[in-house]
Amino acid sequence: MTVATQARARLRGQPPRSGWLVGRGAVLRFGMAVTVAMVAFGLVLLSESTNPLGTLRVMWDASVGTEFGRTEVLVKVIPFGLCALAVAVPARVGLINVGGEGQFYVGAWAAAGAVLYSGLPGWALLPAAFVAGATGGGAWAALVAVLRVKGKVNEAVSSLLLNFVAIQFVNYFVYGPWKDPRGPNWPFSPKFPDAAMLPTVYGDRLSIAIAFVAVGLVAMFLVLRYTRIGYHARVVGGNAVAAERSGIPVGRYLFWALVSGGAIAGLAGMAEVTGIQGRLRPGISVNYGYIGFLAAWLGGHRPLGILFACLLFGAISVGGDSLQLALGLPGSTVNILMALILFAVLAGRKNRTQVRA
Amino acid sequence: MGILPLHAGRWLLCLATVLAIGLLAVACGSDDESETTDGAATSPAAGSASGAASAKTTVIGFLYVGAVDDGGYNQAAYQGQLAVEKLPNVKAIKAENVPESAEAERVMEQMIQQGATIIFPTSFGHLDPAIKVGEKYPNVTFLHQGGLKTAKNVGTYFGASWEANYLAGIAAGKATKSNKLGYVVAFPISQTLLNINAFELGAKSVNAAATTTVVFTANWCDPAKISESVKNLKAQGVDVLNQHQDCPGAGIQAAEKAGMFSVGYHVDGSKLAPNGWLTAATWDWAKLFVDLVNQVRGGTYKVSQVRLSMADGAVKLAPFGKAVPKDVRDQIAATQAKLLSGQLQIFAGPIKDQSGAERIAAGAKQPEVTSLEQMNYLVEGVIGKIPN
Repeated sequence: MTVATQARARLRGQPPRSGWLVGRGAVLRFGMAVTVAMVAFGLVLLSESTNPLGTLRVMWDASVGTEFGRTEVLVKVIPFGLCALAVAVPARVGLINVGGEGQFYVGAWAAAGAVLYSGLPGWALLPAAFVAGATGGGAWAALVAVLRVKGKVNEAVSSLLLNFVAIQFVNYFVYGPWKDPRGPNWPFSPKFPDAAMLPTVYGDRLSIAIAFVAVGLVAMFLVLRYTRIGYHARVVGGNAVAAERSGIPVGRYLFWALVSGGAIAGLAGMAEVTGIQGRLRPGISVNYGYIGFLAAWLGGHRPLGILFACLLFGAISVGGDSLQLALGLPGSTVNILMALILFAVLAGRKNRTQVRA
Repeated sequence: MGILPLHAGRWLLCLATVLAIGLLAVACGSDDESETTDGAATSPAAGSASGAASAKTTVIGFLYVGAVDDGGYNQAAYQGQLAVEKLPNVKAIKAENVPESAEAERVMEQMIQQGATIIFPTSFGHLDPAIKVGEKYPNVTFLHQGGLKTAKNVGTYFGASWEANYLAGIAAGKATKSNKLGYVVAFPISQTLLNINAFELGAKSVNAAATTTVVFTANWCDPAKISESVKNLKAQGVDVLNQHQDCPGAGIQAAEKAGMFSVGYHVDGSKLAPNGWLTAATWDWAKLFVDLVNQVRGGTYKVSQVRLSMADGAVKLAPFGKAVPKDVRDQIAATQAKLLSGQLQIFAGPIKDQSGAERIAAGAKQPEVTSLEQMNYLVEGVIGKIPN
């Protein structure tokens, strides 16, 4: 099997490739998915004898209606946005990266290693963590990329499976060599020095890493729109056979797209440990990799779409707390809403079984 | 392909799927609700309306790492919340499934925005987030369950569940035929090590050949992992299971299925194991929670590390199962009496660790609780190693 025929198979379920900031039809798809999920969620709420509209109001107030809520939504947009970019960049060359979660963990691990064990002076810690985070996430994705390009192993499967390896990998360190020797035998690393914490830009929880998201989204747009690399990537994503016949090194594009995605997810991990957690611990990602995946698909892998999807998921996560606090609903209620959106997105996805001529 | 990216059939399918899932969730949701109500009905009503309560409504936030109907740790703490709710002018708000990370900080801040002035972060890993949020809100009092350090407005409370586990060890040591006991443990913190050690010491007090094999699952509640560990223990010949998990239900059921005896934890789980149930160390937080809340409201609370025991009634032994014969029950009752009177000290010297080194010298009295809570070793007779 040639790379080209592989790539043709890849095109099944590939995201729409027209439209720059938001894919064609994306607004409609976005609206439908969210509406269907919300209506179904309303039924769930009714069964708990809770007023759905009142609930929406409470979620709105808690997430968008207060200054604290708005800040917290942006705090969530950092991991969501970067993890969505980690999916969207490979998606543009026709690859499905489900490994954001693992790349996030390895990025966080590498950043923590740079902070705690590099012995660098304080001013160098954050740059080192940045480089380490991106390298860690990129290297983890490179495993998938090599398997994909050289071994023709389906990247969706291998990247997904490597997530579990990454989590165990990080666990090994936080339970073992990196465990805080002064802690209560509890699995977390020593606390980072203040010099290794990202500065906050608003309140005391929103870090400068929100700029990573902004830069990433803009860069993705500019590269794809205005550079030769971006043009080639689009051609590879659009029709790999044509790309190969016209002399574009398809394998190289597939490889670097995955590695770039991994590096971005790694940065999300770095931003999490240096921006908010202040140490490495198990469970630093609350499914960020997977929610990012969802956001990328909901947003049609386009910068603006991703931004809106991330804001939506941020609002749901933050507003979700109020379901428990203000309405006394069970803690898993918000998971139901997330799952409903996932199913609505998957079911409503444009299904391409044929390559367009 | 049309301009619309949607196909009617596809959307109908989507709608049907989503609705089906919604209905499924509805069904599950109602189940949960009835269970919680059952639990509430059996909770002790310990609301002593003391004069300390002010007329203003006090909002109290409770954080749980799992679900409050987990049949274990969180359910036990939730019984305490229900008792607090019975106090006049109190409004309790709760958050379940709060991770032990910076996520907990956000939840606590949201509780404070809803007016909470007292917060119970009930899981071990909620302590650091509580201390961090506490620095920002000096007027909020945090009462943390099981914490080993305090801050200006962060106090802790816990109970000597190891006392009850020592007694459960007697039941286990008598019940076992293979002389092999098993302990499925979440994390190797001092409080879990105390439970394991006390259990082994209790078993050894009646059965010199009894050993306890420990498995760590690295998760407070992972039913699949617990069940897997039970199977592995069974394969090694272990015939009595004990657990330090937030949700021991799955393990109790797995042990029952495997024909093993079971010691539960946190709440009475005897219904899950009609044949193999022995007993369990359980909590009764109601009185303590109410006392603490009244102290904070009355302005008499001082940050401290409250540690209760069986003598205080905060730690109890669950009703015995039919697998515990009369003579063993009597023996346990007699030992419990000695324990309560102080005549028996579980960790009085000599206590040797796994390597045979003496950790508490022969003739030495049982160390203070604060010093016991520094325990970082397993005693002789325990098989398995503290992961590091």
